[in-house]
Amino acid sequence: MTVTAAFFYLFATITVASGFMVIASRNPVQSVLFLILAFVNAAGLFLMMGAEFLAMILVIVYVGAVAVLFLFVTMMLDVDFAELRQGFLQYLPFGALIGVVFFLEITLVIGAYIIDPALVRSPSVPIPSPDIMTNTEALGQVLYTRYFYFFQAAGLILLVAMIGAIVLTLRDRVGVRRQNISVQNARTAQDVQVRKVPFRQGL
Amino acid sequence: MEFGDIVLAVAIMLGKSLLLLVALLIFIAYALLADRKIWAAVQLRRGPNVVGPWGLLQSFADLLKFVLKEPVIPAPANKGMFLLAPLLFCVLSLAAWAVIPLNAGWAIADINVGILYIFAISSLGVYGVIMGGWASNSKYPFLGALRSAAQMVSYEVSIGFVIVTVLMCAGTLNLSKIVEAQNSSFGLLGWYWLPLFPMFVVFFISAMAETNRPPFDLPEAESELVAGYMVEYSSTPYLLFMLGEYVAIMTMCSIGTILFLGGWLSPIPFAPFTWVPGVIWFILKASFLFFMMAMAKAMVPRYRYDQLMRLGWKVFLPISLAMVVIVATVLMATGLAPGMR
Repeated sequence: MTVTAAFFYLFATITVASGFMVIASRNPVQSVLFLILAFVNAAGLFLMMGAEFLAMILVIVYVGAVAVLFLFVTMMLDVDFAELRQGFLQYLPFGALIGVVFFLEITLVIGAYIIDPALVRSPSVPIPSPDIMTNTEALGQVLYTRYFYFFQAAGLILLVAMIGAIVLTLRDRVGVRRQNISVQNARTAQDVQVRKVPFRQGL
Repeated sequence: MEFGDIVLAVAIMLGKSLLLLVALLIFIAYALLADRKIWAAVQLRRGPNVVGPWGLLQSFADLLKFVLKEPVIPAPANKGMFLLAPLLFCVLSLAAWAVIPLNAGWAIADINVGILYIFAISSLGVYGVIMGGWASNSKYPFLGALRSAAQMVSYEVSIGFVIVTVLMCAGTLNLSKIVEAQNSSFGLLGWYWLPLFPMFVVFFISAMAETNRPPFDLPEAESELVAGYMVEYSSTPYLLFMLGEYVAIMTMCSIGTILFLGGWLSPIPFAPFTWVPGVIWFILKASFLFFMMAMAKAMVPRYRYDQLMRLGWKVFLPISLAMVVIVATVLMATGLAPGMR
């Protein structure tokens, strides 16, 4: 068990430390890289809890796709971050005040929040033992039966978001010559004319 | 568990990993030589033939050359990240081999989400490229890194759908069980390459794009970007990029073998052929895929960038998406889906 605990503290420490570095590092690209480190270590924490499917999906979706796009955008940003930080000391007291108020509010709300013990004891679907069923199967069993409509609704929302993004960036410019591969492939030898061009006369 | 048991287990694990690593690297050294020889043969050249008999030691000579050269770090480069990038690239592509079963029960870690692990690790490889290109702090590497980021993300999507179709047929995410699911009395006709042939083709081409193999080697296109993200690298860091790339190619060949060519199974399911150790079949099949990739490299001209994106998003994505629906429908309609039989 001590090995498990050691790994837990290793992953947890790196997650928290890299989470701090995301907001503390001066370079935005380094921030994104620390964010990725935090994601990977969070995946490690998921693994320790036996949620192997979630761990892998976290790495595939967030690290493999979302963070790549973050990095893609931040690398191309042309912002002088030293300039952005100039007013830092001037705004520090005000920011700190808001932070403290917000922290107190959250502490008051979350601190008084207790999950109903009856709910904890009776989950809607009993969690199967890992010996009987793998993590992935157990998730699939509830996701595609009990929560099917929620799952579909989430998919629809993502679809709408995707269409929105495409519509926002779609521009149909006129007068642009584009390659039409099906037209190219449909061309036969008869469509091409070979003509003798007289010297210094042209066609 | 006693403390001694833990130490023993760790020692065995380390020993296995080291054995696999050494075997893999020696195999890669010869795969690299084979790649160059095939390329040369297609172009009617001799290829490397000076170091050792028939150039057999060429890769080792190259290794020594790279290691003994002086590593040059450009002055404007971000030093830490510049050196971290090739290391990350190489380590990540080697890490994928932890779950690949070379024979029944021969995987170092036979985990339940093996295919997802491979997919996750291979999608991380892009960071080595982006970090290398960005940290070099120069134009061509940066352009190469940007191309690579877009390219690898695009082709991951179709690889993901290809994997989904295979998973629907096999009913498991465990690589060993995917191979077992292809075990039938039909031999090589029972493997997934035949019923899922379009997906096999999509996987093969996407694998080349995902590993920046020619004809999709746009991130390092030497005729326009000099060498893309690798321009500023020399000596061992360059070696690590190169090695990571070939390891990633071999990983993709092995994944193709496991998903479509029945892993360690014998192609002809009766006596003299089933006596051959499974690992031999595995290596032969992976080598076959590698040979096909080498031939594609030698014969197909490089894609233009817009053609590459068109192929990924307008051809492969619709085909693979449609195949997911078709395969699911057929499996449900015929009652062949795992769990329904």
